[in-house]
Amino acid sequence: MTDLPLSLYVPEPACRPGGEPDFSDFEVPKAGAIRRPAIDEAPENMRDMAFSIVRVLNRKGEAVGPWAGSLTEDELKAGLRDMMTLRHFDDRMLKAQRQGKTSFYAQHLGEEAVACAFRRALEDGDMNFPTYRQAGLLIAGGYPLETMMNQIFSNARDPLEGRQLPIFYSSKDHGFFTISGNLGTQFIQAVGWAMASAISGDTRIAAGWIGDGSTSESDFHAAMVFASTYKAPVVLNVVNNQWAISTFQGMARGNAGTFAARGHGFGIPAIRVDGNDFLAVHAVARWAAARARAGHGPTLIEHVTYRAGAHSTSDDPGAYRIKHEFDAWPLGDPVARLKEHLVTLGIWSDERHIQADAEILDEVKAAQKAAEASGTMISGPAPSPRSMFEGVYAEMPDHLQRQRQEAGY
Amino acid sequence: MARMTMIEAIQNAHDVAMERDASVVVFGEDVGYFGGVFRCTAGLQKKYGSHRCFDAPINESGIVGAAIGMAAYGFKPVVEIQFADYMYPAYDQIVSEAARIRHRSNGDFTCPLVIRMPTGGGIFGGQTHSQSPEALLTHVSGLKVVIPSNPRDAKGLLTAAIEDPDPVIVLEPKRLYNGPFDGHYDRPIAAWKKHPLGEVDDGHFTTPLGKAAIYRPGSDLTVLTYGTMVYVAEAAAHETGIDAEIIDLRTLLPLDMGAIEASVARTGRCVIIHEATRTSGFGAELSAVVQELCFYALEAPVTRVCGWDTPYPHAQEWAYFPGPDRVAAAFRAVMEA
Repeated sequence: MTDLPLSLYVPEPACRPGGEPDFSDFEVPKAGAIRRPAIDEAPENMRDMAFSIVRVLNRKGEAVGPWAGSLTEDELKAGLRDMMTLRHFDDRMLKAQRQGKTSFYAQHLGEEAVACAFRRALEDGDMNFPTYRQAGLLIAGGYPLETMMNQIFSNARDPLEGRQLPIFYSSKDHGFFTISGNLGTQFIQAVGWAMASAISGDTRIAAGWIGDGSTSESDFHAAMVFASTYKAPVVLNVVNNQWAISTFQGMARGNAGTFAARGHGFGIPAIRVDGNDFLAVHAVARWAAARARAGHGPTLIEHVTYRAGAHSTSDDPGAYRIKHEFDAWPLGDPVARLKEHLVTLGIWSDERHIQADAEILDEVKAAQKAAEASGTMISGPAPSPRSMFEGVYAEMPDHLQRQRQEAGY
Repeated sequence: MARMTMIEAIQNAHDVAMERDASVVVFGEDVGYFGGVFRCTAGLQKKYGSHRCFDAPINESGIVGAAIGMAAYGFKPVVEIQFADYMYPAYDQIVSEAARIRHRSNGDFTCPLVIRMPTGGGIFGGQTHSQSPEALLTHVSGLKVVIPSNPRDAKGLLTAAIEDPDPVIVLEPKRLYNGPFDGHYDRPIAAWKKHPLGEVDDGHFTTPLGKAAIYRPGSDLTVLTYGTMVYVAEAAAHETGIDAEIIDLRTLLPLDMGAIEASVARTGRCVIIHEATRTSGFGAELSAVVQELCFYALEAPVTRVCGWDTPYPHAQEWAYFPGPDRVAAAFRAVMEA
């Protein structure tokens, strides 16, 4: 018998500020190398897919392998446009926050492909239960930029009347469930929505979204239990962007296995996908959506990507990670990769890209100008404080009416 | 009209609601094939099938979270938390989600769901089967909280809750499931089937949310209470000979302030009784409301009789329980003040 003292294992990322970016442990499978199972494949026959990464675009910008070909050329061009729009949108709103025009903003920089490509695999009427980093679902779904900005500015035309943090959008018509600030709660709600659709004999499916860090929340596990128990028609997405504010993704998974591998214990098929590869995300999303629609139950998708920007405008990533780590990220920049693919196909060029970029910037600027005319945090008009008393209940109870009168609204 | 236990009335309310509205679905732990550990959902799965009444994994946050998703879809889910003490894992889904969805989405999404929870003690349930968490729920804007004291109200309030467009918590005093109870644990329970309040109308009816009932009219003092304590108050009035007016609040949020004001302004005295622990309990809210609305009519300090500020102890349950002796002492003190 030995009396060696025990010690606790606290996971640490491979590199910290002052060091060099190190992704040496990160294996990048060749594009096109991963098989594409049938949509009714038994989960136990595709366990390997939770440890590999589905990739379609190769280093030359070509689409290769069994997951290629899920999008037309027009759809690819539209997808590039969506991502470029989101990038300009982010840039303008980040600056607007710095100018005091809003209180808060969170960018999507580096992970634009995930939501933009996923949206194209859904049908109108399907419902997403997103986090605050899936604005791409709205942009790719044609939701007006100006309305998104009205929400961010909490102005007189904010559809949520100033009740929610900036970027906490809601649009039933665009399949975008109201965002919560409490992490992971929406994941099980997505499963419930999908269960209701199945009970109704409907054809619509749901998609749940969660970040790598939030998978440690109990509701991630609640969602997995319910999805597997009832074989709900839901696509469960884990966006592994490497960082939960300052906490690296290894902390949430005990630095072991993958997030996708968590599906195995529940008998849920799980696929890991290159989240910076627009084509791969779309193909995998379409596979999972088809599986759900055909009654084969849930799929867990781990989107492997990298949050190139700060967590939010309240965060300083330089304090916990290497400033230029994204430049070393092995999966590259999603916008640059899709652009290169279109050039390789001969349907895009550097000149057209520069021109499109300028056009999109003008569009975003015009939307911002129109939104600011309806008010910002530092200049009116603003929603009436009367609104805070309304909509707490379908009908305002007496005590709230009295409080509203007391407040003078 | 039939004489029913509260359990049968609750079961009947589910049945009537499910027959009238295909969007009503019922789920929770053990509620399907077995019909619930208290039998409140007995027979529903057999009659409506396992798509409309089914068992859930043991995961309260999952049960409420899934119900929220179903409500957002357009269903009216009615879920059971097996004991109110088990609501804590679901608390975030209840207070941060269900209660907020209408407001935060400006009506874009709504959450018409019902969460039923057997509540209260007097059953030798110990610390984790006897709690009364109403104050943790009434503090939350966006929720409605009801608690019936008899079978007729149990059916009427549950039906109103199911038809309500907002989330409603129905706290069911499990000590009253089988019959009224006067707080004398050593006396036999009078079965609801021999009690006038066990008479429940057939078919569809509702008991409006937000409306209190005068359980017993009186002129000496006003008792503000709900659930099991309605009968303890009645026993104390009987034993002291004090003509107490007993207000059965029935809905705690939103509160029927008009009924409270009308009674206390007339009697000038107020005793508040609840089983939950005293500090920051719902009685504190009631006391403040009485002080705000009836200060100049008061002849005596507002008095509370509550559970002690301890966990509900298994072996000392009847020392914890606010029984007729403690209530009677409060009545006398208030009359002598």
